Amino acid sequence: MKKEWKSKNADGSYTVRTCGWSPPGEHPVGCGMKLTVKDGRLVNVEGDEEHPITNGRLCVRCLSLPEYVHHPKRITTPMKRAREDRGQDKWEPISWDEAWDIIIPKINQIKKDHGAESIIVFGGTGREACLYYYPLAFASIGTPNVSQPISGWSCYGPRCAITDFILGAGYPEIDFAGNYPDRYENPNFKLPEYVVTWGKNPLYSNPDGFFGHAIIDMMKRGTKIICIDPRITWLGTRAEHVCQLRPGTDTALALGFLNVIINEDLYDKEFVEKWCYGFDELKERVQQYPPDKVAAITWVPEALIIEVARKMALAKPTSIQWGLAVDMNPNGVQLGHSILALTAITGNLDVPGGLTLGPPSSLLGKWRMETRRNLTDELWDKRLGAKEWPAVGAAMATTHPDETLDTLETGKPYKIRMAWINSTNVLAPSSAVQPARWYKALQEMELIVAQDLFHNPTTMALADIFLPLPTFAEHNGVVITNYGRNAISLGAMNEALRVGDTKSDLEVCMELGKRLHPDMWPFESVQDFFTSQLKPELGIDFEGLSELGVYQPKYTYRKHEKGLLRMDGEPGFNTVTGLVELSSTLFPNWGEDALPYYQEPPYGPVSTPELFNEYPLIMTSGARKTTSFHSEHRQIDTLREIDPYPVVELHPETAEKLNINEKDWVELENMLGKCRMQAHLTPTIHPRVCHATHGWWYPEKNGEAPTLFGVWDANLNTMIPHKTIGKLGFGAPYKQMVCKAKRVESSTIEN
Amino acid sequence: MAKNGLLINYQYCTGCHSCEVACKNVLKLPRGQWGIKLLENGPWEVTPGKFEWDYIPTPTQLCDLCADRVAEGKKPTCVHHCLSQCMEYGPVTELAERMSELGSKTALFIP
Repeated sequence: MKKEWKSKNADGSYTVRTCGWSPPGEHPVGCGMKLTVKDGRLVNVEGDEEHPITNGRLCVRCLSLPEYVHHPKRITTPMKRAREDRGQDKWEPISWDEAWDIIIPKINQIKKDHGAESIIVFGGTGREACLYYYPLAFASIGTPNVSQPISGWSCYGPRCAITDFILGAGYPEIDFAGNYPDRYENPNFKLPEYVVTWGKNPLYSNPDGFFGHAIIDMMKRGTKIICIDPRITWLGTRAEHVCQLRPGTDTALALGFLNVIINEDLYDKEFVEKWCYGFDELKERVQQYPPDKVAAITWVPEALIIEVARKMALAKPTSIQWGLAVDMNPNGVQLGHSILALTAITGNLDVPGGLTLGPPSSLLGKWRMETRRNLTDELWDKRLGAKEWPAVGAAMATTHPDETLDTLETGKPYKIRMAWINSTNVLAPSSAVQPARWYKALQEMELIVAQDLFHNPTTMALADIFLPLPTFAEHNGVVITNYGRNAISLGAMNEALRVGDTKSDLEVCMELGKRLHPDMWPFESVQDFFTSQLKPELGIDFEGLSELGVYQPKYTYRKHEKGLLRMDGEPGFNTVTGLVELSSTLFPNWGEDALPYYQEPPYGPVSTPELFNEYPLIMTSGARKTTSFHSEHRQIDTLREIDPYPVVELHPETAEKLNINEKDWVELENMLGKCRMQAHLTPTIHPRVCHATHGWWYPEKNGEAPTLFGVWDANLNTMIPHKTIGKLGFGAPYKQMVCKAKRVESSTIEN
Repeated sequence: MAKNGLLINYQYCTGCHSCEVACKNVLKLPRGQWGIKLLENGPWEVTPGKFEWDYIPTPTQLCDLCADRVAEGKKPTCVHHCLSQCMEYGPVTELAERMSELGSKTALFIP
């Protein structure tokens, strides 16, 4: 890429090269773009054709960035509101100094009177805040309690934890030649013969830094696709095979594949012998899952299970891309374990075109965890739910999410008094289940601080202080794929402009930290901080990264052969046995089976047949659209023109029986809650399944309580149970609930 | 002079709408107007389990093939930003040859 990253134009405007990361937009993909600013306004966004991964391509969320940056409803100065006015639009603009004068004495008083653990920081998924809300808690405030308020930690955390337990490595990502400046042409890269997208639609979700349309790049070069999904997606129509399974039965399917591959002797014997632990036990276990039995459980035909298993084993390489469906499943640990076992025994682990492995953490990802050193062991031991859920406690630096709600409600083992909500819209249907319970429990807080860019249902309902964030176009930063757990690329985020009086996540961490824990924040500036991160590993400062544009760390395959995965430098994996643990040595310590097994979804035709008579549809959820990042973007008119309302997908036969037509409003209801969405009839969904879209609220509806921007109208998370999770504490049934559907007249639920 | 056009390889169009929004930015079009519009065919079942489901971006009478951008040496904005890189711009005679190289599911538009 060109060294020059900022240039003046003839008309008096200037153009800044940068890499994107929400807010607003996406996970840390770091899409390359050029932002043109004239008279203090962002006037143009152009994809950067020099970017080695995105090549000038941009999605609609970045193409509509100026509308987001300069939106009239955006909040660009700190605001305060009296506690008794929560839920009312009675905000008053204040200065940052005034905000600190309210926040800091309160933190100090709570710490003194009740202990730092009485303060909790909530963070959401995917935004840049993911790097900073941990240090905000540990190193700026000084509390051990950081929470992603999603039942069963059902987003990314389980997959990271499983990989840590079974492989002792960072996040596994399919090899898409992302580490090479010359990409697919690099001689070290091998094109995957098959990419298996499992419970994932990467084209629209760009998961955790993977540029989704790299799948298309590889398909054009000859990669074939296998989709494992309850819906036949557009990608499914281009796939060689689609296993359209019953939602939540994925683990049975994975064990069925293992049964075929092991019994037909299709596995990589050398890899299994040298690098795997517990193969004989796994072989014995999978005998319980013959293809005919698995077909009956999953609805996937027996012949297809056998054919797909054979192809996955015989093709070299096959790369399985696992998705959120692994996390949002009480049986998901066993699913993740099985998928890693499938990859390992077919010889596709850490090979060109297979599944790449990052180190457990690096760069900024490592720093965010190391800020924990600010806390004493005694304080760390108070982390909510860490003792009750030791697997979660061991793998994650957070509280246990479900346990957190219990604590908020009961005050046990101690009372939480202050909440800091950074970049998570807790009440909207994007993370927390049973949101009305969170709403009620959080009202008890003595002070709630929220960081965001717009008012949303959560800030309007609960916040006392609103601290405005800049967009990624408005501050300096570093975007790193997989939050540093598998850094395929590192991009420079360069400040192009700044609207109003905002502060980035890092700027807030530093300002607060310098006042409360100055020894943790020895950095003079944001640039100084990034230089301290980059210099030791990359040898460049922040300005150097800006000039580089994108840094692609060199990748080494087969690290287990070279002693690159273990701290002691010995060959092998960083696990207890030093091997890929097909049978886990850790799980039995936590009361879990060492081997993967199938467990029925908690609700459905098998587990709850009587309930299923009343609620005869299986409700899955969470598939992404290009027009939003979870609950972001609902106020962007250009994007609402494309996707105006939440949609429930129904099979035409099912809809006909219910007298539901295309675009009718439909109410979905079950024993726990209800929501309303517009019907979309499609034969690509199974007649006994419906799909409900997440993340919806209505900025155009009244923001004040009880309406709260219509947050209860499309809130499918009201229909998902609290603490119905796997034995290790991971995985909630977001994607495999039951419901009934009926036609209604409007989007609004009258109460 | 050879007439220019847009080649769409709709085997790979994922329906991302980037062309529509990129175009609206250049032509400064309000809600309800498009310089290129994504059309959708399907999904409908051809044979059991096999579906026809295509997105086909279609340039409208407002499309000038980004004459200003092209004069500056850039690609038309829809082509530049297309996530699938399934759009190509050029003289129709060359694009017609390109179509036969690509094989099925291609269309050539002269707006």
